[in-house]
Amino acid sequence: MSTEDTREEELKGVGCSRKRKEDPRFIQGKGNYVDDVKLPGMLVGKVVRSPYAHAKIVSINKEAALALPGVHAVLTAEDLKPLGLHWMPTLAGDVCAVLADEKVSFQYQEVAFVIADNRYIAVDGADLVEVEYEELPVVVDPHHAMDADAAIVRDDLVGKDEAGQGSRKHNNHIFNWDVGDKDATDRAFESAEVTVKQKMINHRVHASPLETCGCVASFDKVKGDMTVYMTSQAPHIVRTVITLLSGIPESKVRVIAPDIGGGFGNKVGIYPGYVCAIVASIVLGRPVKWIEDRIENLSTTAFARDYHMEGELAADKDGKIKALRVNVLADHGAFNTHAQPTKWPAGLFSICTGSYDIPVAYANVDGVFTNKAPGGVSYRCSFRVTEAVYVVERMIDVLAQKIGMDPAEIRMKNFIQPEQFPYQSALGWEYDSGNYPAALKKVMEAVDYEGLRKEQAEKKARGEIMGIGLCTFTEIVGAGPSKACDILGVGMFDSAEIRIHPTGSAIARMGTISQGQGHETTYAQIIATELGLSSDDIQIEEGDTDTAPYGLGTYGSRTTPVGGAATVKAARKIREKARKIAAHLLEVSENDLEWDVDQFRVVGSPDQAKSMKEIAWAAYNNVPDGMEMGLEAVDYYDPPNFTFPFGAYLAVVDIDKFTGVTTIRRFYALDDCGTRINPMIIEGQVHGGLNEGYAVAMGQELPYDTEGNLLGNTFMDYFWPTMVETPKWELDYTVTPSPHHPMGAKGVAESPHVGSIPCFSNAINDAFMQFGAEKHIDMPHNAFRVWKTLQEMGLNKD
Amino acid sequence: MAKTHIQFTLNGQAVETLVEPRELLIHVIREQLGQTGSHIGCETSHCGVCTVDLNGASLKSCTVLAVQANGGDVTTVEGLAQSGELHAVQEAFMQEHGLQCGFCTPGMLMRSYRFLQENPNPTEEEIRVGMSGNLCRCTGYQNIIKSIQVAAQKLQAK
Repeated sequence: MSTEDTREEELKGVGCSRKRKEDPRFIQGKGNYVDDVKLPGMLVGKVVRSPYAHAKIVSINKEAALALPGVHAVLTAEDLKPLGLHWMPTLAGDVCAVLADEKVSFQYQEVAFVIADNRYIAVDGADLVEVEYEELPVVVDPHHAMDADAAIVRDDLVGKDEAGQGSRKHNNHIFNWDVGDKDATDRAFESAEVTVKQKMINHRVHASPLETCGCVASFDKVKGDMTVYMTSQAPHIVRTVITLLSGIPESKVRVIAPDIGGGFGNKVGIYPGYVCAIVASIVLGRPVKWIEDRIENLSTTAFARDYHMEGELAADKDGKIKALRVNVLADHGAFNTHAQPTKWPAGLFSICTGSYDIPVAYANVDGVFTNKAPGGVSYRCSFRVTEAVYVVERMIDVLAQKIGMDPAEIRMKNFIQPEQFPYQSALGWEYDSGNYPAALKKVMEAVDYEGLRKEQAEKKARGEIMGIGLCTFTEIVGAGPSKACDILGVGMFDSAEIRIHPTGSAIARMGTISQGQGHETTYAQIIATELGLSSDDIQIEEGDTDTAPYGLGTYGSRTTPVGGAATVKAARKIREKARKIAAHLLEVSENDLEWDVDQFRVVGSPDQAKSMKEIAWAAYNNVPDGMEMGLEAVDYYDPPNFTFPFGAYLAVVDIDKFTGVTTIRRFYALDDCGTRINPMIIEGQVHGGLNEGYAVAMGQELPYDTEGNLLGNTFMDYFWPTMVETPKWELDYTVTPSPHHPMGAKGVAESPHVGSIPCFSNAINDAFMQFGAEKHIDMPHNAFRVWKTLQEMGLNKD
Repeated sequence: MAKTHIQFTLNGQAVETLVEPRELLIHVIREQLGQTGSHIGCETSHCGVCTVDLNGASLKSCTVLAVQANGGDVTTVEGLAQSGELHAVQEAFMQEHGLQCGFCTPGMLMRSYRFLQENPNPTEEEIRVGMSGNLCRCTGYQNIIKSIQVAAQKLQAK
C-alpha cells in the first residue's frame, strides 16, 4: 500500500465503513431523547380525545378535573380562542383544529388538554373532564365522500369553493390536480393494440417510530424566551411556525431536537399536542411536557397513504408501452395536514412513469375529506413516491400477464436506456442518471432468475405455490429545488457551517437532524475527504436552532442530496482559502499547488507541501496580507434538481396453501444511490427500509369500521415484524453518480421502502397469476387475506 | 394516593423510594431514580424498549408495578458496563452496526445480555425466537442478529 493510500485510509473519509460516532452514548443508556428531559418545576400534559369519529360537542365540564389536587389547568378551544390558537394553519394550505372547536371530525381528535404535576395525575384529570357529544353521521369510505347526501366533514369550509389547493366541487372535496398531456394520452389509448386497467389500493398505514412524538415547552416569563425540546425532523421550520403562531420573536425561540428515536416522516408535522404544551407553558410560566402514548401515535399523528388508484397502460402487442394513465382518489382524513413541501397537492406522484420510457402519460388526483385521522405522506417516502412506484410496478406486471410476457423481459424492453440520461419524463421530470438494464441484469444473474422460474413451474406441477416478484424502481428524492418546494414560503435549501480550529480539529453544524441515520458519522467523513482531516477529529452538531444554521430538516432522503451538498460546498470554500494560505507559506503561486489527500503540494516538487493541519495553524497567525484570519465557511445549498436513485429488487415467496402463511425465501435488493459515503450505514438503512416495506406489504394496516372507529391502534393489532417474521436480506449495489450533486451522491434511506412494497406485492400476485388469478390482489398480504384468495381459487385442496 | 416505601438494588446500588402502588417500574426507574437509559415505547409490553433484568430474568418494566421490585435486584443498560469496561453485547452492537436511532438499543442489549446466559451458543433461529419480544424499526434486525452472534463468540472466548 502506498503512503498516499495509508494517509487516505487514516482520514476515514468517504467510502469507508467507519464505526458510528453516536454509538457509545446509545449503548450505555446515555442518549438524550425528549422524554429524558426533566426541567425544574416541569408539569405534564395529557390530551382528552374524542371517542367518536364525528360529533357535535354539546358541553365540556372541567370542574371535576380542576378539583383534583395536582391538576393545574384544563385547556379547551374556548381558552385558546382569545389567543387565536384554537386553529392552526397546515403545510397544505388548510387549517387544523388545535382543540376541537364545536365539533369533532375524527376519532381520537384532541378535545382538551389537562396539565398536572405528573403523568398519573394528568391521566386521572383527563378522565374527569366530562364532554357531552351528539353523534353525527360519518363519512368513512372516500368513494362516498362526494355523494350528494354525504355528511359534511368540515363545517368551517362550507360555502368555500377552495380549501387551499385550488377549486373544489363538493363540501368534502379538497382538490383536483392533474399532470400530463391528457388528449395525447387518450389518443394513445384509443389506438393501442393492447390496454390494461386495474384498480389498486395503497392502504392506510403509519410510520410509528418506536419513540412516539412529544415535546417539552419551557417559557421563561422574565426573559420572554421560549425553549422547546421536540421530536422534530425539522426543528428550524418549527421555530418559524412557533413565531408565526405566538408572536414571540424568532430570536427568542429556541427549538432543540435532541436524540430522536426514529422518525420515518412521522415527526415532520406540527401537531396539536405540541401547540397545547407551548400554550400551557406560556399560560402557567412553567415547563410542560407532552409525550404521546402508542395509541395516540397510531391514531392521530400523520398516517401514510390511503391512495385509491386506477392504473392503465397502453402498449404494442409485443409489450412496448405507449402510454400510462392513472386516476387517484386520495383520502386525507378530516383536515388536510398532508405534510409535504412541493407545490403540487399530490407531491411527487408524477414520478409514476417509473424507470420506463413512456412517451405520454396523464395522472389525475382528487383529494377528499373523511372522518378519519388527518395526515398523509409520512413513512419513509418523499411525498407520494411509494404510491407512484407501486402503481407503475404493479401495472407493468399486469400488462406482462395480459400479453404472456415474463416480468423481467417486459422491463428490459421498456427501460430508459443509459444513453438517454439526462432523461425528460412524460410528466415533466429530468432524471439525472441511471443504468437500469445493468442493475436488473446483475440481480437476475445473482439469483439465477431462469432457474427460479424453472423451479416455480416444477412446483406448480406439484401443486406448490411459489411467487417471484420484481421491482425496478426509480426514486425521486432530495427535496428540493426551491422553485418546486417550500415550507410556508421558506425554500427547501439546506445548510452547513464548518469551523476549523487552530490545531486542526473541526466542528460542523447542519440544518438537518439525524433520527438514526448516523449523521455525526457520515458528515464528518465528507469533510474528512474534502479537507484532509481525520473524521475522528470532526465534531458534528445538529438540531439546536440556537447554534445550527437554518435548514429544512431530514426526511424524504434529503440529507445527503441537500445537506451533504452544502457540506461539500462549505468544505471546498475552506479548501480554497487553505490553498491561498499554503501558497503564502510555501512562497509559490496558488496555481503551482495541487491537492493531495491531506495537503497542498507544489506541482513537480512533492516534498514541498503544507498539510491541512499546518495550514489550519497558520490560518490563525500567518495569513497573506489582506486576508482575514480564521478558517471557516457556511453554505446554503439550493439544489438544481432532485436526485433519482434507483434499484432492482427481487423477492421469492412460498405460500402454504392450507394456512395462507407466506415465507419470504429470498429477498435480493440492489440499490444505486450514486456515490456511497459509508457502506455500513447504507446497508443498515437498506435493511431497515426493506423491513418497513415488508411490514406494509404483508400486514400493517390502520383499519376503520363503518362508524369511523379505528380498529387497530396498538402493537397488539398493528403489525410490526419481530425477528421471527423478518426475512433475511441480500444486498447488492451499483454506483451511478448524480451529475449535478457536488460529490455524486443521491440519498438512499427511502429507496428500500419504496422499492420493496411493490416487490413483495408482485411476488404474491405472481404466485396466484400462474394459477390463473385474473384480478390484482390488494395489500396487506397477511395470512388471512392470502388464505381467502386460496379459498376463492380453490387452491387450498390436496 | 398513599405511598409505599420500597427498596431494591439498581445496578448494584441500594435504592429506596416512595411510590404509589399503581406506579410502573419503568416510570420509577426513569422519572424518580433518574436512570433514563431504559425507554418507553408502547406501555403494553409489545415493543421491549423498557426491558430490564430483574432477579436474573428479562422483564418488560412497563408492565410490572414498582412495588413488585421491592427487595429485588434490577439491572438496566446503565449497569451493563463493569469497572469502565463495556459488556460484550455492547461492544458487539457497536462493532456490527446493530443500532441506528438507539431507542430500542437499551432493551435489545438487556435482552441479549440475559438471552446469552440462557443460551450461550445460539443458532440464528434461536436468536430470532429468543429476541422476538424486542422490536426495532430501524435495522431490519439483520445486524442485531449478527451482533448477538459476535457477542456470543466474545463471551465464549472469555
